[in-house]
Amino acid sequence: MSSGTLYDKVWNFHQVKELPGGSTQLFVGLHLIHEVTSPQAFSALNEKNLEVKFPELTVATVDHIVPTVNQQRPFSDPLAEEMLATLEKNCKTHGIKFHGIGSNSQGVVHVMAPELGLTQPGMTVACGDSHTSTHGAFGAIAFGIGTSQVRDVLASQSLAMKKLKVRRIWVDGSLQKGVYAKDLILHIIRLLGVKGGVGFAYEFAGPAIEKLSMEGRMTICNMAIEGGARCGYINPDETTFKYLKGKEYSPKGQEWDNAIKWWKSLVSDSEAKFDDEIQLDGSSIEPTVTWGITPGQGISIKEKVPNPEELPKNEQQIAKDACKYMNLEADQPIEGTSIDVCFIGSCTNGRLSDLQEASKIVAGRKVSAGIRAFVVPGSQKVAKEAKRKGIDKIFLTAGFEWREPGCSMCLAMNPDKLEGRQISASSSNRNFKGRQGSANGRTLLMSPAMVAAAAINGKLTDVRKLLQEENYK
Amino acid sequence: MTQTFPKGEIKAISGRSLVIKGNDIDTDRIIPARFLKCVSFSALGEQVFADDRKELNGNHPFDLDQNKGSNILVVNDNFGCGSSREHAPQALMRWGIRLIIGESFAEIFFGNCLALGIPCMTSSKQEITKLQNLVNGNPNQIWDFNLEELSISNQKESFVLDLEGGAFKMLYSGKWDATSQLLDAEEKINNTVKNLPYLNNFK
Ligand code: SF4
Repeated sequence: MSSGTLYDKVWNFHQVKELPGGSTQLFVGLHLIHEVTSPQAFSALNEKNLEVKFPELTVATVDHIVPTVNQQRPFSDPLAEEMLATLEKNCKTHGIKFHGIGSNSQGVVHVMAPELGLTQPGMTVACGDSHTSTHGAFGAIAFGIGTSQVRDVLASQSLAMKKLKVRRIWVDGSLQKGVYAKDLILHIIRLLGVKGGVGFAYEFAGPAIEKLSMEGRMTICNMAIEGGARCGYINPDETTFKYLKGKEYSPKGQEWDNAIKWWKSLVSDSEAKFDDEIQLDGSSIEPTVTWGITPGQGISIKEKVPNPEELPKNEQQIAKDACKYMNLEADQPIEGTSIDVCFIGSCTNGRLSDLQEASKIVAGRKVSAGIRAFVVPGSQKVAKEAKRKGIDKIFLTAGFEWREPGCSMCLAMNPDKLEGRQISASSSNRNFKGRQGSANGRTLLMSPAMVAAAAINGKLTDVRKLLQEENYK
Repeated sequence: MTQTFPKGEIKAISGRSLVIKGNDIDTDRIIPARFLKCVSFSALGEQVFADDRKELNGNHPFDLDQNKGSNILVVNDNFGCGSSREHAPQALMRWGIRLIIGESFAEIFFGNCLALGIPCMTSSKQEITKLQNLVNGNPNQIWDFNLEELSISNQKESFVLDLEGGAFKMLYSGKWDATSQLLDAEEKINNTVKNLPYLNNFK
């Protein structure tokens, strides 16, 4: 059993009581809601005649269904409009703060909450969305919940939960140029598998992690769930504090000084006990892409599509499925795979630095003929800041489309979809069959810079080649 | 048609079974994301496995006549991985599933099923394969699941199943509906709030 880790300490602070079933009633410090998983929870609440217990601890936004071209109300899709209207009504009835379209603070829930300073170290953060693990980047315990738990949190600001084991993933060295947080997490999921983390919280630590910006850290924790770990976290440090300082909801004045003291006290002790520990070398990681239909089916851009027969027994079937579905041959080099669509965005990689890094690849170049490429900023704040820096112009000049913020083609609940057998290079987090809106559409996951490189060349490209050319310009 | 959903103590479930083969069947396959645009769950039952069913053109287990009205689903490894959305168990429940048996389940999926009163029971790969073969050999037979004995049988053959203790107690006692239990602890919740620095101006 772990002890002395940040996870243990934060857990203890939020423990309400032990429940008969052997789980713990855990208090939720920040509850985030969006239009997809909340309406049924509110109706369940109404059915049971319950109130929202702490409306000030729930914060809402709209992200999954928003169109990214024309956000004029009512939305042209009546179902999308109904979902948004339902959320607006529920927030109003229950006194919940709603960051809607036109609020300047709307965005993908895992992008907007951190940038407002809502997510802070030492909190428990819950949201009816599996990528809630993102918020762990601040040293919070953050996890996705189902709709009935959303109902529970609304009603009691708490939920029944089993304590997870803690695995520390220690990453030495530092990432090479052209290698990003996304490559690191794809690499980790490849190593440990899509269910390697089931039953665990992942603590990401070590020099390579410490060197990451908050945005890079969010990318890592965001995808912990793709490795099966319901939460992933990183101990807060100066990088965390610097990011939070001055944010809208960050503590101010004397409170700020006290907050820092408390936050520092939560960091995993040097003699903390972990249930499992893993160590890897960040310097040896290469740009990584997925070739298959699970986020664990990743390889470096220099590798070939694996031969299913040569994989461990338990991976063979899904690898065969994947080759067939993706229409890729075993032993074919992944670099050079032609693509149709390029998508930069999502809660994994739709933040300012993601767009910035990708824009460096795009600047002065053109999107390859026949490729549909678009950028969807993760939030209105990201969009505004990117425009201020002229990043939108760089993309537009190169032939990208520049859209309004939302989840967009990460899961294609809005009009942005793949068509037919199209294959996308995508900075999102899931490559499941049909994920991007076409039942037989195909997805290759990679860093935003790699997506940009693919857009320029019309095929998968080692982004480092374009970065090198950069040096000679 | 009105359906009745799980209520109270879940101690025994009887009915016919059907099989979905394959490891790592994720929630996007159970219910493709485009069907999530709903403010109520009522239509989800018809859309369960929509893409797989379309691909198999009427030959998917959820479309076969022989499986109509079955309420026990037998699956393989890591069933329900992927998103935390409760739409997946909801879709299965609204199609008619009341019990799922497999090699293993994704954690959030397991929890979401439990919160609906649907047990997710496990057994070894070998046993599951055997059970799947039996079910497919004769889809008409009736299976009796007994929670207390942790078993399912068709009178001739019986299989031992597993369920971790917490979930067992919740189903057995009928206390899988968490809300009321949580609300019991009002005073303790307020105490927790008092001790959280970030809810008390970091004093
Ligand atoms: S961007 Fe994608 S993964 Fe993130 S919350 Fe939206 S749909 Fe979910």
